[in-house]
Amino acid sequence: MKSIRIGAGQGFWGDTPFPALDVVQAGQVRYLACDALAELTLAILQKGRQKEPDKGYVEDRFFPILLQPCWAKGVKILTNAGGINPVGAGRMVFDLAKTMGLRGMRIAVITGDDIMELIDALREKGVDFRDMETGRDLAIIRDRILFANAYLGAKAMVEALRQGADVVITGRTSDPAQFLAPLAYELGWKWDDWDRLAAGILVGHLLECSAQSTGGNFSGDWWNIPQMERIGYPVAEVYENGDVVLTKPDGTGGRVDLGTVKEQMLYEVHDPSAYVTPDVVADFCSPRLEEAGRDRVRITGMRGKPRPENLKVSIGYSDGWMCEATIRYSWPQAMRKARKAEEIVRKQFEWLGMRFEEVLTEYVGYNSLCGPLAFGDGEDLNEVGLRIAVRSCDRLEAARMPRLFPPLALNGPPTASGWAGTPHPRELIGLWSALVPREQVESRIKMAIMEVN
Amino acid sequence: MPKIRLVELAHARSGDKGNTVNIGLFPYQEGDYELLRNTVTAERAKEHFKGLVDGEVVRYEVPNLHAFNFVLRNALTGGASRSLRSDNLGKCFGASLLRMEIEV
Repeated sequence: MKSIRIGAGQGFWGDTPFPALDVVQAGQVRYLACDALAELTLAILQKGRQKEPDKGYVEDRFFPILLQPCWAKGVKILTNAGGINPVGAGRMVFDLAKTMGLRGMRIAVITGDDIMELIDALREKGVDFRDMETGRDLAIIRDRILFANAYLGAKAMVEALRQGADVVITGRTSDPAQFLAPLAYELGWKWDDWDRLAAGILVGHLLECSAQSTGGNFSGDWWNIPQMERIGYPVAEVYENGDVVLTKPDGTGGRVDLGTVKEQMLYEVHDPSAYVTPDVVADFCSPRLEEAGRDRVRITGMRGKPRPENLKVSIGYSDGWMCEATIRYSWPQAMRKARKAEEIVRKQFEWLGMRFEEVLTEYVGYNSLCGPLAFGDGEDLNEVGLRIAVRSCDRLEAARMPRLFPPLALNGPPTASGWAGTPHPRELIGLWSALVPREQVESRIKMAIMEVN
Repeated sequence: MPKIRLVELAHARSGDKGNTVNIGLFPYQEGDYELLRNTVTAERAKEHFKGLVDGEVVRYEVPNLHAFNFVLRNALTGGASRSLRSDNLGKCFGASLLRMEIEV
């Protein structure tokens, strides 16, 4: 039976490029697929593009390090690193390939996910853009929108591969789409073959967060995961009938077993029987998983249901500013000192007329990661950090808050330490999800290929 | 009845989407699936996360994985990119669920 091996190259913007190199060199893969866009990445890229119109795509060491080795081995790259400016990203890769002398390399760019300019026209056509989580009307954020992108499926990428693309660059896609595309192309899957498409989506879901299916961020016996310093990114061996073996490159660290794979399988999933993507609704309650040798998990019997009529749109909007500060106190009475410092700071808010929409206090070392679920009263800790974070619609107001912290060292309880410089305010981005009829978006998708000469 | 913390019986991973957190819960022993099904209910989870989660909690059973998926709405004070919390991505919710004491 025909099969194809694909590998994971990147789990987010900021991921290290070196495990991808292991996948290319030792993973026996034909494709390297990457997910560079977390939910809020587009907001960061949008700000970058406001400063420099040519930017707005993910710039990191991935292409400088991976492009040549992939070309040399004939490994094709698919990535959504185009962010808010796929054309700019394509130009960047083209220039890089040219500098490296990779003559004949074909770089495909796919656009059409950015619907920022279409919002008002679509609203007039009756698309209400109501927030899927809260049901709120778009009007309340309309003048604060920073970006609006639809999650695209794999079809345009398959067309790019059919036309000989070596690198395929997109903007926002459903996270697993970059992985489904080479499988559908190589294995000849039809667009209404829901079970096989669902298998491709499951492969994408297991590969899109890089090492999270090979022992990274594993909450079981994480201390037994071998060689985390050179953890292997996942590789999938996928068969024509939709059967999958999940593994990783020989010689790398990490672990592929039922535990590590299952944890990723439910990661960021809501209803497991209906994982909705633009190409298919995948049923994660259907497949059977079994260990098939060392670092190999076999997945069979994956089922899917017809694709949805609507595409999801992710809209980011400006939602004020936050600023935070932390100062630490030592035993004895570390917690009491931190609480006293908080009292001082809050009284100074009143005295100095500082008003915030929200003030959050956390005690680092006691409850900053678990909130009200903290064990004990924290009264005998070796050290406690007081962290205060505030939100304001006014950037300068938020920036005032941390200035109250340094004087605590001389004016407040003893042992105040660990001040790391005055923090700067950070813009908060609200995320809004809505549905748009797919034809409104898909009719605008474009694919263009540049060849390096 | 004797009590035991969930961390002794299961592992869990959490993640975010908008203002929603999900937690996958996986018993180490497949035989404990029924025990968790009866004890770690959606209601128990909602009560457990009081003060962190403001919305509804839904539990999905995933028998083919011997696992459960908890979906916690209104759980991140507006979502990762606008939350003031240290754990703005909800990465620690799985660990927090494992603090639960259940009767065995």
